Amino acid sequence: MASAIETTPTSIPPARRVPDRFRAVMALVAAVAPVILVVIVVILFQQAVPAVRHFGLGFLIGTVWNPVTESFGALPAIFGTVTTSFMALAIAIPVGVAVAIFLAEQGQQAIRGLIGTGIELLAAIPSVVYGIWALYVLAPWSYEHLEIPISERLGFITYLTQPAVRGLFNAALVLAIMILPTLTAVSRDVIRAVPRGLRENAIALGATWWETTWHVILPSARAGIFGATILALGRALGETIAVTMVIGNRYAIPPTIFSPAYTLASVIANEFNEATGTLYPAALIELGLVLILVTVVVNIVALLLVNSTSRDARLTA
Amino acid sequence: MNRNSRRRYASTTWLVVTYALTLLALVPLGLVLWFTVVKGLPPVLHPEFFTNAFRPVGVPGAGISHAIVGSGILVGLASLMAIPIGILGGVYLAEYGIARWAAWVRLASDVLVGTPSIAIGLFAYALFVVPVHHFSGVAGSIALAILMLPIIIRTTEGAVALIPHGLRESGLALGLPRWRVSLQLILPAAAPGVITGVLLAVARASGETAPLLFTSFGNTLFSVDATHAIQALPLTVYQYALLPYKSLQDQAWGAALVLVAMVLAINLLSRWVLRRQIRLAGQL
Repeated sequence: MASAIETTPTSIPPARRVPDRFRAVMALVAAVAPVILVVIVVILFQQAVPAVRHFGLGFLIGTVWNPVTESFGALPAIFGTVTTSFMALAIAIPVGVAVAIFLAEQGQQAIRGLIGTGIELLAAIPSVVYGIWALYVLAPWSYEHLEIPISERLGFITYLTQPAVRGLFNAALVLAIMILPTLTAVSRDVIRAVPRGLRENAIALGATWWETTWHVILPSARAGIFGATILALGRALGETIAVTMVIGNRYAIPPTIFSPAYTLASVIANEFNEATGTLYPAALIELGLVLILVTVVVNIVALLLVNSTSRDARLTA
Repeated sequence: MNRNSRRRYASTTWLVVTYALTLLALVPLGLVLWFTVVKGLPPVLHPEFFTNAFRPVGVPGAGISHAIVGSGILVGLASLMAIPIGILGGVYLAEYGIARWAAWVRLASDVLVGTPSIAIGLFAYALFVVPVHHFSGVAGSIALAILMLPIIIRTTEGAVALIPHGLRESGLALGLPRWRVSLQLILPAAAPGVITGVLLAVARASGETAPLLFTSFGNTLFSVDATHAIQALPLTVYQYALLPYKSLQDQAWGAALVLVAMVLAINLLSRWVLRRQIRLAGQL
């Protein structure tokens, strides 16, 4: 019995696509951001070519920085940048995560709002103001009340001797204060994004506040907090002025954590205006290129991590 | 002590630790503000601090008028460049946010926010100082504009996204073209949020030193010529603070106080504007 009604599918006429000129113009304007980013990297690379050609990859592991003999190596600056940043993270993470937990709790909105505002204002203070404060207030204080006692008590560890007013440790201390707002704000948002159900389940099972926080909230926010940490790392790596004012400006791998040192950004800030010839400025720009490439990678990784946790949170909510 | 009271005890302890660390985080804010006010107030109290320019050490009546005017010019020029592009870019992200290109723009803006400002300074030096063979305020303001751009893009996007869909749909239902809906209907409704972003960007740009080191460079003379070297407030703080003269160090603190007062005022203003926006969006 073939009584099925014969139907021939009538093709739907394709929608008349009006070229969206507005959209095209807007996309073009918005393109400025990615284009600038690419152009910055390309221009810096092009400017660094003499140094890249001359030193090759040896530039990254060389330890000498001598403008007179024109031999340049980046290792001490890279070392200084990396150690100050990681020391700053070590100081800032416990504080930042604690503040984030505090801010993400419900209730007492007025106090939380006030403290949140305070932390955000910390981010608004210009880097150079932290610099002058660190130079005249924080570094002398830390020298007297942290570095000397530590080196006296723990002096048997070689890395904890030779206190100095300007050095790695004090630079890390300022950096820790400066990255705290980034760390806190992003961690708070990530912790807030943890579905309420998880918290309520834990409480319903009889978990205390701390057990809920430590065993339930923080593990599910882990990737996001890690992302916040890396974002803060990116800020710390690139921070220039405040660090330049207290790091001590000594181009060598520092023997102890208190010793004067140098960072990529500080070398550029201090020496670029006096750099003559072709190789010297090119070497400084290559330091800048190293710095920007590292921070771009660090930032992209951090953004992926932060975005993935808030997406996971949305999906499970 | 039984197990449960131990658990409760541990929980309270950690709660106290959390609160203590939170208070600890606020200590630097208090200290920075306190010392900036205490050390910066004496020079700021003299009116000539705001009306005179640099004077050699030992000559009384030195001021920072050249830096204040210079900062105004640099940030003003940077705003002229960054604000229109930033706002349009942000509207694009909010209106066509699902496009693949939009994702790239968003990623680039977020990366640009985290790019070291000193590298942006090097870039501006290579592109705008080297060809003309002298330092220039214009190069400095281009560097500042690059710093401001991503902030404006992202906050504009956020502000526009807050506007309820109903407004857009009613505009389209009336037969308005997309551009009029976006720019004449949605954007004005999102104005307070957009202004917040602009203010934050201005505050950030006014405080930046690193991008100006090799571009606007600094100038001890009073100058309004943006095509040559020009002084800026953060440069003043940086340069004077590192010099071994007490009088210049005092001026550095004074300039720091002016800078902090300005930046914090802009920030608090932006917060107030933002609250209005959230209320307004709620009413729509």
